Parts: sequence; structure tokens; C-alpha cells
Amino acid sequence: MSAILHTSKLQAFYGRTKALHGLDFEVREGGITTILGANGAGKTTTLRAVCGMIPTQGDVTFNGQSIAGKATEDIVRLGVAQVPDGRGTFVNLTVEENLRLGAFTRKDKAGVLQDFERVFHLFPVLLQRRHQQAGTLSGGEQQMLAIARALMLRPRLMLLDEPSFGLAPLVVQELFAILRAINRDEGVSMLLVEQNASLALELADHAYLLETGRAVLSGTTEEIKRDESVRRSYLGY
Amino acid sequence: MEILVQQIVAGLATGGIYASLALALVMIYQATELVNFAQGEMAMFSTYIAWSLMNVGLPYWAAFFLTIAISLAGGILIQRGIIRLFEKAPILSVVIVFIGLLLIFQSTAGWIFTYLIKPFPSPFPQAAVTLGTVQFGSHDLGALGVTIVVLVLLYVFFRYTSLGLAMRAAAQNPVSSRLVGIRVGWMLALGWGLAAAVGAVAGMMVAHKVFLDPLMMGGILLYAFAAALFGGITSPGGAVVGGLTVGVLENLVGAFVPFVGHELKLTVALVLIIGVLLIKPSGLFGKAVVTRV
Amino acid sequence: MEAQLPATSIIPRVGGLTLAQWQRLGLAAVLIVAVALPFVVGNYRVFQFTLAMIYAIALLGLNMLTGFNGQFSLGHGAFYAIGAYTTAIMLDRWGIAYGWTIPVAGLVCLVVGFLFGLPALRLEGLYLALATFALALAAPQILKYFEGWTGGVQGIVIIKPAAPFGLPLNEDEWLYFLTLAILIVLFALARNLLRGRVGRAMVAIRDHHIAAETMGVNSALYKSLTFGVSALYTGIAGSLGAIVVQFVAPDSFSIFLSINFLVGSVVGGLATISGAIIGGIFILFVPNMAELVSKAAPGAIYGIFLIVFMYVMPGGIAGSLKMVIHRWFSGNAPAVNAGKVATK
Ligand SMILES: Nc1ncnc2c1ncn2[C@@H]1O[C@H](COP(=O)(O)OP(=O)(O)OP(=O)(O)O)[C@@H](O)[C@H]1O
Ligand SMILES: [Mg+2]
Repeated sequence: MSAILHTSKLQAFYGRTKALHGLDFEVREGGITTILGANGAGKTTTLRAVCGMIPTQGDVTFNGQSIAGKATEDIVRLGVAQVPDGRGTFVNLTVEENLRLGAFTRKDKAGVLQDFERVFHLFPVLLQRRHQQAGTLSGGEQQMLAIARALMLRPRLMLLDEPSFGLAPLVVQELFAILRAINRDEGVSMLLVEQNASLALELADHAYLLETGRAVLSGTTEEIKRDESVRRSYLGY
Repeated sequence: MEILVQQIVAGLATGGIYASLALALVMIYQATELVNFAQGEMAMFSTYIAWSLMNVGLPYWAAFFLTIAISLAGGILIQRGIIRLFEKAPILSVVIVFIGLLLIFQSTAGWIFTYLIKPFPSPFPQAAVTLGTVQFGSHDLGALGVTIVVLVLLYVFFRYTSLGLAMRAAAQNPVSSRLVGIRVGWMLALGWGLAAAVGAVAGMMVAHKVFLDPLMMGGILLYAFAAALFGGITSPGGAVVGGLTVGVLENLVGAFVPFVGHELKLTVALVLIIGVLLIKPSGLFGKAVVTRV
Repeated sequence: MEAQLPATSIIPRVGGLTLAQWQRLGLAAVLIVAVALPFVVGNYRVFQFTLAMIYAIALLGLNMLTGFNGQFSLGHGAFYAIGAYTTAIMLDRWGIAYGWTIPVAGLVCLVVGFLFGLPALRLEGLYLALATFALALAAPQILKYFEGWTGGVQGIVIIKPAAPFGLPLNEDEWLYFLTLAILIVLFALARNLLRGRVGRAMVAIRDHHIAAETMGVNSALYKSLTFGVSALYTGIAGSLGAIVVQFVAPDSFSIFLSINFLVGSVVGGLATISGAIIGGIFILFVPNMAELVSKAAPGAIYGIFLIVFMYVMPGGIAGSLKMVIHRWFSGNAPAVNAGKVATK
């Protein structure tokens, strides 16, 4: 299997401070890679760096094409959808408008309509709240909206920053089932950042462990799950 | 009673012009949290363009639409060429840039067209329109109609087209907008273009009443500010209501309060601004701005 | 404002002198030049430099408000006008000696500014700017309206005072020195004020307005007081301006005066005292230079210049100078403080 996303020596900066110190990782075509790490390890930063939201050095290749230094909107137009840290809701717009924006770059009207059906099927609560201001949704509902908005792009690669954040345990189970289905049925590749390491390791095929902006461990999820330190600090057994 | 109705309609007509200009201010404010102090001068310059087009023989409406197109392009160019360079600049630097623009437009207009006032035609018939027992100026009614059309078009554009939606999104949340593939920079530029186009319409409508000269927009811009603040600078609908209210108030006060007359109309606007701001600092329909600690 | 060097560390020196010593030297040099100037240049130039100093006083007032307190006024021309008319009316209608009219003009503006500043308790940034903008636009109209006092459109003509005590100076030179003396006093007062507790409170309000309040700074009172003092400075400038120009009329106090003040304070450098002087010289001479470049459209030249200027030096002249000097002395530049205005 080839890699759909691949970075080499990726560095990222907030002003003068460096937050990523040369990161190499990949997401396989049709695969799910997860990034684990403590708070402040640089997981969110990695997703931002991939999408060109902050200054970077080093190379990022998407689908065989270098995207390092490209504008965020151009990267998105290649089929990279992000569910950002903090959900990125357009709070003053309605739920429906948020979803329409997700499909902003698409030209296939019929397909977009189908996808409205699809996300409303996946998240029925969004259908109920269709004309409501998105800012008035509960945190969990906004999280669903963020995922639905990303799906509306029909992405080839999804970058998910803690999609389970703020969701009830049952809903989290459901969400991960949905993600698994999207990945399996539509072949959407995913880069998943998750606090819930055991769930993430269930879903993903490969995992990286980040510490202060460096990958300290990587491998298939099976290998990672067996690692003593990961078990102690992230899986809790 | 008849005079009252007449004055109200005349007030609505000028109010519509304030509303358009206020809307132009609100559009740029929503995207950048800046008030474009050069908006009035840009509108004045557009009006001179229309005047020149008619001078070379174009019929009114051809000149009208061509001017709108030119203003749209001009607004986009100004944002892309100048304002964009100051995206990260402190707010006061940007204010100085606006002042610079204002001076450029005013001075260039004076240079090309001289400071002599010029009559500006109206596309509407000379004769007054009589409804029931009340007479209305047909330019007033026409201008009001044009303003309403502009406002409806803008409403439809922002509400129902995906470009309009993208512009609203870009103004509210640029980061998320980029993440759905919106070219935020161009949306800002387009906002400037639309503001300039709407301002151009306002300029062409008002020039018939106040005559065309490089300084014609000074007072009108103040009324537009008052209107925008009155309605709440964050609310397009508020800007429209604000504009109409200011227009009507101005006319009624001018007509019925003897000591005010024509000279103190600006002062009335001042009192209105401060009064509204004291009672409701975020305007009638505006959202209170939450300041960060 | 000058640098605050840590007392304990080794004080960096350039050319054998510390920054503070250089500053004192620079100040002395400027003073010597200022005193010598009237004897070197012609009467018209003396008049122009007097006017530049008057603008500097007005700008210092505006600077206190905008640079140090983070409030934003597009209407200081109105206070300048009030100062000017106070003096003109006292001189012309009541025959009071001009020396007395200057402090009275300042006091009148203090009161008006304080009263106008009361709404500032509620208005933030842009809203205040618009209210002051409205004030500036309305000022000429109001002046024309009270014709009985102000002489309406015709304005009031004032006679230039001669030098007292038999000083061997002509009128222009005398007014120059009078203005210089007032400028020095006002600047010294402002410096002490801004460096002291009051100044720190003002800056605290500018930068962290809610935090300042929780720490017991009475932000409302300070804000309107600042507005008052700021108006006082500008009013004194207006008063001197009326005497020096020998004439007041509503149209001299149009919105462009206010705009010019704002331009001067930003271009000179906000939150710097020296910026006011640079700004005063700027707004007096640069528009004239624009006129030399293009007779036809000087405003356009000036406008283009302003835009380019803001692009090159967003912190104003004083801000950029400060940066260069600090780089000299310490090798690393402080952040340019281009005057944070309110919160966005
Ligand atoms: N906007 C920012 N400006 C400056 N530094 C930042 C910014 N965002 C993050 N950082 C810093 O970069 C480092 C990595 O942060 P990042 O948000 O990527 O962590 P994370 O792994 O996503 O943590 P969490 O699990 O808490 O979400 C941290 O040291 C953080 O302080
Ligand atoms: Mg994070």
C-alpha cells in the first residue's frame, strides 16, 4: 500500500518557537493513522502543519504531490478535510449553512444533495436543528456538525482532532462506528488525534507517539498496543 | 398632515441613501472590524465616473450600470493592492491609510473635475407624483425604489448564493473558512468591491439632490455613520433601519423644529449618535462586543 | 519615552556614553537649536515654527489620549477650535489681556473635554472615534450658528501682541519664545504625569482594561480625566494658534484639522512624547511639500505619502527611531509600540 500523506522532517513554528522538531510519518492510502501524545505534545500542531495553517519547514506530500507551503484553501481543495481543534463552528450561521460551506468547493450539485441526506442520516440531530444557529448547539452537537461538515467535502483524507471531545460515551462508540464505516466503504483515509487511546488504537492501523514535537514511537497499532510504556500511560493497564 | 407625509417620504428617500452607505460601512466592518472612512469619497468618485460617462454620451442607465461595474472592480483593486498590505497593521495605521485614500480621491476628483459644483441628472421624470392628496418628488420615490432594489439584491445575494454565504463565513471565521476551501483574501476584496458598488449607487442617487462636487459626501458619510451605529454596526438589517430612521428624523427636525433649520442638521446627527450610544452602546440591533481581558 | 535600563546590569555604552547621557545631550542640542532658530531664519519661518510647536502641544494632548490611554479621537480639532474661540472672544469682545486668555482657554477645554469624556466611560474604540468624528464635523456649523459671539462666517480678527518688558524682539519672535516656554512647561508636566502613577494607570487601562479595574484603578474616572487633560493641552494650543494666526473663523476648524492631528500623532509616533514634536513639524511642513510636488493635486500626493509611510513605518517616526536606538544599545529591538487602541 502506498502512502496518501507523508511528511519528512516536518517542523512547525509559532512565531519564533518551534513546536515540531522534524516529524516523519505517513498515512496509508485507505488507512487510518493515529497520533497519540500528552497534552502539548504537538498533535494539533501536526494537523495544522499538514494543512498549511502555520509556518512550516520540511516536506509534506499528499497523493504524490508536495503540498508544503501551499495555502490552506488550496490543500483543502485537493480533498483534505479537517475537523479542527475547537470544532471551528460558524456560530452565527445555521446548521444547514455550515454544511453548505463544507461543500463549498464542490461543483456536483446532485452529489452534494446526496451528501446532505447522508450526514442527516448519520447525525439525525442535525436534521432536527437544521435551521438553528449553529452557535446554539450543544458542544457534542457541534462536534457532530464539525464531522458532518468535513464529510460534506467528500474528502480523500480526513484530519480529525479529538473527534470524541465532549461526546457522551455511547455517542463516541457510535461515532467511531461511523468513522470505521466511512473508511471501509468509501476508502477515506484518516489521520486521527485522540485522547481516548484505546478507541483510537482499535480503529487505526498505524500509530505514532508524540513527545514535545518528536515522534518517539511508531508502528502498527498491534505493536504499539504491546508497548509497555504506552500501556501504562495511555491505556491504563 | 399632508406635509408630514411628504416630509416622511422625502426622509425615507434620503434615508435610503444613508442606508446604502451605512450598509457599505457595515459590510467592511463585519469583515475587518474597521470603518472605512474613505467610503464616502469613493462613492463621490464613482459618481464622477458616472457623470463622465454621461458626458461622453452614454444614456443614464448604461452609465449607471457601467459605473457600478467599474466601482466593483475598483473596490476589489483597492483591497488587493493597498488594504491587504495592512492586514496585520495596528488599527490606527489602517485608519491613516483610509485617510490617505480619502485625500487621494478628493484631491484627484478636484484636480480632474475641478471644485465647481455640477448638476447631476435624475433618471426619473421631472413632474411630481400625486397620490391621493399628497404630492411627492418623483426623484425621491425613484431613489427610494432604487435603494430598495439594491437592498433586496444584496439580501438575496448574501442569503441564498454560495458566494454570499462564503463571504459571510469569511467575515465571521476566517480560519474555519480556509478549512472549507474559501479564499478568504478574495472574499474580503469582493466585500470591498460590493461596498464600493453600493456606495456608487448611493452617490448617484444623492448627487441629484446635493449636486456633484468633491466635498459632497462629508456630511452624508456622517449620517451613514450615525445610521450604522444607530442600527448597530454589526447588523446589516440594523444599518438599513438606522439609515431610514436618520433620514426621516433629519427631515422632520429640519422642517418642524424652527431653530434647527438647515445649519444645525449635522449637529442633530451628532446628538443622535451620542444619544443612542449612551443608551445602547451596541446600537439598536447590534450585538454587544465582548472584550477580552 | 526613554528607555528604562536595569540599574544593576552593566549599562551599555555607545561612544563612551550611556543611552541616558546621549538623551540628555540630544535634548540640550535640540534646546540650543530651538533658542537660536528665530535669530537665524526669517520672520515667516519663525511664524511657521511657532505653529509647528503649537501643533506639537495639541498632538501631545491627543497622544496622551490615544497613545497612552488607548482612546481614539477624530475630533480634537473641535477642542482646538474651542480654545481658539475662547481666546478670540475674550480678547475681542471683552478686551482681556491675552496672557490671561491662554489658561482660561485651557480650563474651558478641560471642562468640556471631561464632560465629553463622560460618554467615553461607555464607548469603546471605534464608537468613541465616530462620536468624536461627529463632533469635529459639527464644530464649524455650531460656530456659525452662534453668530453673536463668534462673528459667524466672518470670524474674529485678533491683533498680534508685542513683546513685553521692552524685550528686543519683534512680535513673531516674541510669540515664538512664548510658545516655546509654554511647550517646555507642558511637556515637562506631561512627562512627569505619564511617568508617574497616573501614567501607569493610563497605560494599564489601555492594555488590560478589565484587569486594571480589578486591581483598583478607577478606569472610568481616569478615562474622562485623560480626555479632559488631553482637551486642555489641545485647547491651550488652539488659544496660542488664534493669537499667532491673528484670526479665527469656523472654516479653519474643519474636519481636516482633526484628521491632521490624528495623522500627526500616528506619524510622529503614538505613546512617545518626542513623537508629538515630530508630528507637529510633519503636519505643518509635509502638506506644503506635497504642494510643491504637485500644484494640481497636493492632497493626492499627501495621501499616497501617508499610505507608503504607514507601510514603511507602522510605529511612526519616533517608534522607528526608538527601535533603531535600542538596537544600537542592546543589540535587540523592543517591540514597536504602535499604540494599541482599545480591543479589537
Ligand atoms: N497558537 C499557539 N501559539 C503559540 N504556541 C502554541 C500555539 N498552539 C500551541 N502552541 C504550543 O505548541 C505546543 C504543541 O501544542 P499542541 O496544541 O499541538 O498540543 P496538543 O498535542 O494538541 O495538546 P492537547 O492534547 O492539549 O490538545 C505546546 O507547547 C503549545 O503551548
Ligand atoms: Mg490539541
